[in-house]
Amino acid sequence: MGDKAEVPSRRSVLGWGGAGLALGAAAAGGTVAALGDDGDGTTPVAESGAAVPFHGKHQAGIATAVQDRLHFAAFDVKTKDRAELIELLKEWTEAAALMTQGHPVGQGAYGGIVEAPPDDTGEALGLKPSRLTLTVGFGPSLFDGRFGLEGKRPKALVDLPKFPGDNLDPARSGGDLCVQACADDPQVAVHAIRNLARIGFGKVAIRWSQLGFGKTSSTTPDAQTPRNMMGFKDGTRNIAGTDTENLRKHVWVSEKDGPDWMAGGSYLVARRIRMNIETWDRTSLKEQEDIFGRTKGEGAPFGKKREHDEPNLKAMPEVAHVRLAHPDTNGGAMMLRRGYSFTDGTDGLGRLDAGLFFLAYQRDVRDSFIPVQLNLARRDVLNEYIQHVGSAVFAVPPGVRTDSDWWGKALFSEGA
Amino acid sequence: MRAARATLASATAVALAVIATGCTEKSDAKAGDDHLISVTATDDKCEVDKKEFPAGHIELAVENKGSKVTEVYILFPDDRIVTERENIGPGTKQNVTAEVKAGSYQIACKPGMKGDGIRQQVKATGGGESAKRDPKLDAAVAAYRKYAQEQADETLPLAKKFADAVKAGDIAAAKAAYAPSRIGWERTEPVAESFGDIDPKVDLREDGLEEGQDLEKDWTGWHRLERSLWQDGKLTDRDKELADLLIKDLEAWQDKVNEAEITPTSMANGAKELLDEVATGKVTGEEERYSHTDLVDFKANVEGAEESYNLLKPVAEKNDPELVKELDQQFAALNTLLDKYRKDKNSYDFTSYDKVGKDERKELSDGVNALAEPLSKLAAAVVK
Repeated sequence: MGDKAEVPSRRSVLGWGGAGLALGAAAAGGTVAALGDDGDGTTPVAESGAAVPFHGKHQAGIATAVQDRLHFAAFDVKTKDRAELIELLKEWTEAAALMTQGHPVGQGAYGGIVEAPPDDTGEALGLKPSRLTLTVGFGPSLFDGRFGLEGKRPKALVDLPKFPGDNLDPARSGGDLCVQACADDPQVAVHAIRNLARIGFGKVAIRWSQLGFGKTSSTTPDAQTPRNMMGFKDGTRNIAGTDTENLRKHVWVSEKDGPDWMAGGSYLVARRIRMNIETWDRTSLKEQEDIFGRTKGEGAPFGKKREHDEPNLKAMPEVAHVRLAHPDTNGGAMMLRRGYSFTDGTDGLGRLDAGLFFLAYQRDVRDSFIPVQLNLARRDVLNEYIQHVGSAVFAVPPGVRTDSDWWGKALFSEGA
Repeated sequence: MRAARATLASATAVALAVIATGCTEKSDAKAGDDHLISVTATDDKCEVDKKEFPAGHIELAVENKGSKVTEVYILFPDDRIVTERENIGPGTKQNVTAEVKAGSYQIACKPGMKGDGIRQQVKATGGGESAKRDPKLDAAVAAYRKYAQEQADETLPLAKKFADAVKAGDIAAAKAAYAPSRIGWERTEPVAESFGDIDPKVDLREDGLEEGQDLEKDWTGWHRLERSLWQDGKLTDRDKELADLLIKDLEAWQDKVNEAEITPTSMANGAKELLDEVATGKVTGEEERYSHTDLVDFKANVEGAEESYNLLKPVAEKNDPELVKELDQQFAALNTLLDKYRKDKNSYDFTSYDKVGKDERKELSDGVNALAEPLSKLAAAVVK
């Protein structure tokens, strides 16, 4: 937990009243509305089983109403050949366009030549598209010169600094590429990553991957706010998928931000946050609520009655999680959070290996995740119960516009 | 290596392709019968009185007019044996019978019982003639059959060296001889596995034992001895028996190799299966859990897969040049990676696998996946 000296003891927060957000990071004044992906294509929400359009100005899976399940994979690029990498991204785009619409990849899962293994692995046959979205990102290491991209690295794609308390496992961190697969059916999400990994063998290899269940932030504020593994509502004040103003201000990279190939894209921070579940469960209700700054049942900010009441930060302990993560404490910084709970069974000590797989999209990491996390890592009382054990950052390019477009086309074509 | 799991390959391929039985008994066939073929063997000739005969029951009336002991074979075009008769002495006659389907065959005499023999092309005529065969594929299968036999032939002396060291109670010598004695087996394991009974006798791992099976009584083969040498650090009388038993079982393998059903598809799938072996047993360090000689097996598996691939390449190249390009590249990459773990590229003295770290194992695993995925497409490229 790093700088213990700077972390106030839990005791210091007792007796305070307050209000706040939830584990992870900042969020604020989003409008409550229906759903959509940036207004230029609405995403059916309630209709579980439907397909989310693959093509668009932005990649799906960011402003899209958060699905129930996640399979997130980070890849190392193994080939040294730029043309092979490009070929892979084209193949992936084609497969993603098929799978998100509920179709198998290639020639399908059966009916082909019997001597060959089928192109598609088959476990999603008969399942609905389940609002599957596949979102690709490029890590800082992709720009190291292997593929002639060293001049293309966005300034905003910084290596994250070491935060106090970080205990990062290199085997769960980093990656040249990532694919975020979200779906309402876990089998559909796993099928997508499995098939993309299979297409990639020889060119890329999975570095690490994470399954998630139980979304911990929603982008649909009118729906019931989901709870994280600590039992608190999470993402009450997240940026809504329909909040075009905040999406524009805080999530999408604009043309003048540069570089050109990122316009309409976003930056993704992924953090594997392990929770000390057992010690948390032994903590009194009062202390739990003081740590967050919200009530456990309703999720109301301290001093208020309802979950969606405007929080009064001063009513919360100074080191309450919600107060520290709030935009007002961080110069207005906001992110679109899309995290999931995880439980990878138990560790060898009989403890749940559980926590939050934090995913946040933002226009510039330097203005949002980094300052907010520095603030949290130094002061948050919640740190007693959590540890960041995995970390990655990715540049998420804009959407694939047409059938002839592919993931990363602008990056690889521009000025080439 | 396959531990206890019965594989589909061993379940189906036990069906030995030999549809024939050799027979030295006097037969009922009469002279002039279409089904009776006279074979006159000399030291430099192998004459047959007819080159076409109806499919069905046939009988070779063999007379050795030469000065050397000879053998006579009926062979499929891919060199698989339909039937054979050994030890036909000078001046003696023997009759050999077989049941043959319509198609092309070869009759071979081997004066001195050595070499490829003197051959005659013959044809069994009639309905149900088998599909047209690609001579390139027949050549590939024939060459692979030869390779598989060579591997078994070369393994026996190495296995005997190992067994002798065990019997002499020389632990150091037995340890040194252990991994080399397995190379030929590992290169051609899918063939050996096709004889369902041999693999569990010689290559069963401890985890392959069933509930109730006894570690001392029921576990035989290389890995039992591996455990005695590395884990127990002593050799018992039982181990010495096991050493003899290993040789006996390997000799059975050596005798049976030429009966294996080998097809272009089974060669391609066998190559893929060798990589499966690497992916599930070697990369994890499960196969050689006591000796940690996994990388020797790993290399041998890759070599065996590469042999099959190289033999099938002329056909695959025509049908799927992209795949061949990819496979060439990935075989080379994996071999280069493996070379990092040995000082001398001509030796099988590989780094002990317990010294291979987590990141290095991941790199090896990635290399195996990179090769195995395209290799799984080889069978289709061959039959296309």
